[in-house]
Amino acid sequence: MTGPASPDPAKPAPSAQPAADGPFPSAIQPFSPSALLPLLLARFPAAKVELVPNPGTAAEHSLLLDAVFAPEIARFLRDDPALRLDYCSNVTGVDWLEKEITDTVKKSVPASAPVAGVADPGPASPRPATMIEEKTKRLQPGYLEAVYHLYSMALKHGPVILRLRTGNRTDQVTLPSLTPVWRSADFQEREIFDLYGIIFSGHPDLRRLLMWDEFKDHPMRKDYVSPDDFEWEPTPHGDVHERAKAHYPAPAPVAGVADPGLPAGPGSPSPATKPPEAKP
Amino acid sequence: MSDAPPSPGHTPFPAAGNISDAEREDLRRHGILLTSLEELYGWGRSNSIWPLQFGLACCAIEMIAAATARFDIARFGAEIFRPSPRQADLMIVSGTVTKKMAPQVVRLWNQMPEPKYCIAMGACAISGGPFKQGYNVLKGIDRFIPVDIYIPGCPPRPEALLHGLTQLQEKIRAERVSGPQAARHLQPDAASEFPVPDYGAHDLQPPSNPTLFKPPVNPRSEGLKD
Repeated sequence: MTGPASPDPAKPAPSAQPAADGPFPSAIQPFSPSALLPLLLARFPAAKVELVPNPGTAAEHSLLLDAVFAPEIARFLRDDPALRLDYCSNVTGVDWLEKEITDTVKKSVPASAPVAGVADPGPASPRPATMIEEKTKRLQPGYLEAVYHLYSMALKHGPVILRLRTGNRTDQVTLPSLTPVWRSADFQEREIFDLYGIIFSGHPDLRRLLMWDEFKDHPMRKDYVSPDDFEWEPTPHGDVHERAKAHYPAPAPVAGVADPGLPAGPGSPSPATKPPEAKP
Repeated sequence: MSDAPPSPGHTPFPAAGNISDAEREDLRRHGILLTSLEELYGWGRSNSIWPLQFGLACCAIEMIAAATARFDIARFGAEIFRPSPRQADLMIVSGTVTKKMAPQVVRLWNQMPEPKYCIAMGACAISGGPFKQGYNVLKGIDRFIPVDIYIPGCPPRPEALLHGLTQLQEKIRAERVSGPQAARHLQPDAASEFPVPDYGAHDLQPPSNPTLFKPPVNPRSEGLKD
């Protein structure tokens, strides 16, 4: 193909995107989330849609959708002739624990205003305007997140990344399923239900995918504790070392011999160092 | 019954009667072949092992390679992979046994008729391998079924599988048909079927078969115990 990319008459050139001029138009990201955001806000004025920026070099910014409006917005993203995001390549889950966030706000203090805690540099000189930082701590509640990666096979662009968040990690874990919009989300939403415990309402067949049906836990959650079927290992390290201590506690110190400290240390005293009278 | 003690260096082919191995070799050199029913029985069984056509992970690829023309497991008479456990007498547990798969593996083992043997092929089937610290992989198939041959490797090469097979053949040839050393399938009270674990709320129930599997002891702390 040598001709220039024929513009699809049904596809209005998005304003945020420079016009494609080569045989391989910039198919990577014609719709940046920042360009998509006003579009969605105009279309769904009642919905709460936020931009979640990615500060890394990948700059894969995403859109945080209102869970109530998510199926409607998803249908719009799929069916809009300018977007045609017809392919959901990946759905994944994230477990965000509760965490403390320190907000730092810089405030400028006008000149010569009395501020508590700032030492007056001199009695005669007027104090210049200063910037002070106010730190406030707040507790961000934990939540579970489902992330959808969308591409357009028809228009060759993408990805557009959507996020849906649950209310918390315990009892408000229901999200609307997007499987009715994209069939490819079927197994992946089942996997998230299995491993993270997000309940997708409207999913046609919400069962565990990897673990068995009788299983009660959600293993990919950060507070999951795996069953303890520890067995002895020659060189335990890290967490395994801690479990080795629990399963093979340090033997009682033999009289006259210094406590080796660790149960499985290579320098543990051999039976030869035991006093012979200790044997029954 | 032989009065002479069996020669220690010759376990696969126990001498018939009270003829020593050297005498037997001498007779063989003169064209006289002496054997016993036990030997013939073991020789026949060891050279027609029918493995179960059953693969779990990447080790199965090596098992398949061992069955192809390059490595040719047929040289050892074990080329007839049977898709039904009723027709197989060797289970090659080739690959990672997840906890979800473990009851099915035990069920397949129970469906195999005696005499039957089990090869644990690869690090995963032996101990869980690289997935040992995970939540969903069984830490060795010997927690639920008795294993005759362990083949280490990740995955073992086809030559290693063939070596394991020849080791199993030697083990079969050494089995006795009567007496206290008789093979397991000839002992009426030896267990042939093993309980299939249930899917529990957090783990398999039970997580291992206590009659088969004993948790390993720490050999370093053993010497310190009084």
